[in-house]
Amino acid sequence: MAKSNVSLAGRDILDIESLSVEEVELVLQTAVEMKKIMKRDIKKVPSLRGKSIINLFYEPSTRTRTSFELAGKYLGADVVNITTASSSVVKGECLRDTILTVQAMECDAVVMRHPIEGAAAYAAEIADPVIINAGDGAHAHPSQGFLDMFTIREAGKDFKGLKMAILGDVLYSRVARTNIAAWKKMGADVHVAGPMTLMPHDIEALGVTVHTRVEDALEGADVVDILRIQLERQKSGLFPSPREYARIFGVNEKRLALAKEDAIVLHPGPMNRGLEISFEVGYCDQAKIRDEVQNGVAVRMALLFLTLTGGKQIETID
Amino acid sequence: MKLLIKGGRVVDPSQKLDAVMDVLLEDGLVKEVAKEIKTKVDETFDAKGLVVAPGFIDVHTHLREPGLEAKEDIVSGTKAAASGGITTIACMPNTKPIIDNSIIVSGIKERAAREGYVNVEVIGAISKGEESKELAEMIDMTEKGAMAFSDDGHYVKSSRLFTMAAKYIAPFDKVLISHAIDHELGGEGYMHEGAVSARIGVPGIPAISEDIAVSRDCIIAEYTGAKVHIAHVASKGAVEIIRQAKARGVKVTAETAVHHITLTDEACASYSPATRVSPPLRSQDHVDALREGLKDGTIDAIVTDHAPHAPEEKDVEFRNAPCGFCGLETSVGVILTELFHKKLFTINEIVDKMSTAPANIFALKSGNLKVGSPADVTIIDLDKEWIVESMQFYTKGKVTPFEGKKCKGKAVATIVAGEIVMRDGVLCTK
Repeated sequence: MAKSNVSLAGRDILDIESLSVEEVELVLQTAVEMKKIMKRDIKKVPSLRGKSIINLFYEPSTRTRTSFELAGKYLGADVVNITTASSSVVKGECLRDTILTVQAMECDAVVMRHPIEGAAAYAAEIADPVIINAGDGAHAHPSQGFLDMFTIREAGKDFKGLKMAILGDVLYSRVARTNIAAWKKMGADVHVAGPMTLMPHDIEALGVTVHTRVEDALEGADVVDILRIQLERQKSGLFPSPREYARIFGVNEKRLALAKEDAIVLHPGPMNRGLEISFEVGYCDQAKIRDEVQNGVAVRMALLFLTLTGGKQIETID
Repeated sequence: MKLLIKGGRVVDPSQKLDAVMDVLLEDGLVKEVAKEIKTKVDETFDAKGLVVAPGFIDVHTHLREPGLEAKEDIVSGTKAAASGGITTIACMPNTKPIIDNSIIVSGIKERAAREGYVNVEVIGAISKGEESKELAEMIDMTEKGAMAFSDDGHYVKSSRLFTMAAKYIAPFDKVLISHAIDHELGGEGYMHEGAVSARIGVPGIPAISEDIAVSRDCIIAEYTGAKVHIAHVASKGAVEIIRQAKARGVKVTAETAVHHITLTDEACASYSPATRVSPPLRSQDHVDALREGLKDGTIDAIVTDHAPHAPEEKDVEFRNAPCGFCGLETSVGVILTELFHKKLFTINEIVDKMSTAPANIFALKSGNLKVGSPADVTIIDLDKEWIVESMQFYTKGKVTPFEGKKCKGKAVATIVAGEIVMRDGVLCTK
């Protein structure tokens, strides 16, 4: 484990944009060690023993919530899940009071998923525990950003000069905003494509190259990140039909062949097979979608470990 | 009651007056304005080194009474106005119930006369319940003293209804105020659509949602010959459309709000609920166009769009925050700091935009210091430095995007109908 003088102790993790390259590297390097722990027969270490973590989820989630829970448990923390559908939130409790309530129980970290942009920043302003943003509206999803970076590294790719193609619903996607910010920070060349109704009007301000044809974004790409299309978008008039979307913007084997031969395919899940991603592409060798899930646990272990201990007890996990 | 304001710099754009003079107020009216007035008075106000201006008029205020007194009421709202140096406010009709009949118009005017600290003009609704379906009784409300009509908070969605309203009211010379925003186009957006919204992931409201609505209402004003006033103009497209309409002789006037000419959408990057407002804070190119529009007369007036909310309503996530914030106690300071001290506008221009011009648009007697006019005066210390601390405000809606702002320039006295209602930030007991 590389020693580093950067520390994330006590830091709220709201987005990747506000982290330095060194801090990003620290998380990614720590995650390498964490993945080794995950692979052990007895995958539990005492690094976070005596720490409590609350997963506060205002939106449905399988992989993010479960992997944060396992990440905490693998490190020995006590993890409690609050799903707002069965909490005081249904009685109308406001976010300030919910955050103050969990703080009063002396939790050390709150992992929060919320449908509104900026909700994690708002929570961080209110409360003392470490806030880890597990997705706030269309803004950011930093742990997803880290797991994607980890997966890209694991596939033997570094970022500098790579062509990254992000395809689909950029407008509503926190994954897109997170990856654009993260990959640009690491020196990659980011391209986006999809229906223009699903692009922010001033997308160029994000420093990406915009294509109206997915083929142009895919041409020579090293990494292909396919965003999930939510079916509600079609009902709200943003594209005419799933059929047309799949035909014009979906990634199938023929289109994927435009990318580099060793390109990898990412998808934050859950997939709409046959819509944004064809069945074949979803399960091809280039698809790292299951690796993303596994790496998600490792990077979340790293985030919890670094923010709650500052990496001080690093010896205990060697 | 005779009050002599001695030795101040009298700025009255209506008379192109800018000179050190004395102003004598008597029995609620301006009695004399001259170099040296020597007469026996009840009180003398030493205005040496201060600007003496016709009382500031804010034609876009939400007093929230009746029905929404948790946000504001006539007493707290008029106290805030007096404290901010504003002598007349016009209140919008989107209360609960809506101000859409003469009984409510009379009721507000009577209560304001009895309990208020400043003059209150009432804006009645254009359509019953602001529902954009049937015309409200505008002539009846006019007879009971309504100043103008608006469905503020809502765009009059029906082009037919807005046309009928304009035709109906034109012979009575009343102004329709248009809250010109095509909200449907804005969709789920809750901040300005632009580089900042793209970056922070907040759904954007395109500026053309204003341009489209302003276009329609300029066209209806032209067709009917009615007077239409465009509320809170915030987009560069709208400025250009109004400029063209005015050039054609259309009876259209326009206002912009203090925050739209002094803040940009960068203020929203922190997701602060205090920055949520409709129309939204826009980007610098829009701010520049608005200032240019003010300069060349396309935009006639500066308003506060004082829209207070109860603290718990604003203490929520950005998206869940209601639109608007308080403005009566910040407008003079912010405008002097950002427009006067940065040498973009003269004090004469500012007094015009915040007093004389709005009075002219709505045919109010105030807005000037001519002999015989109402004795409403705002006295300003251009160099007084102060910091915005909303907890010190009189308004109930203690949320503002200007919190903590260092200001230079402040109203140090407010005189309504010849009586001092505020002096050095302290209200005189009523």
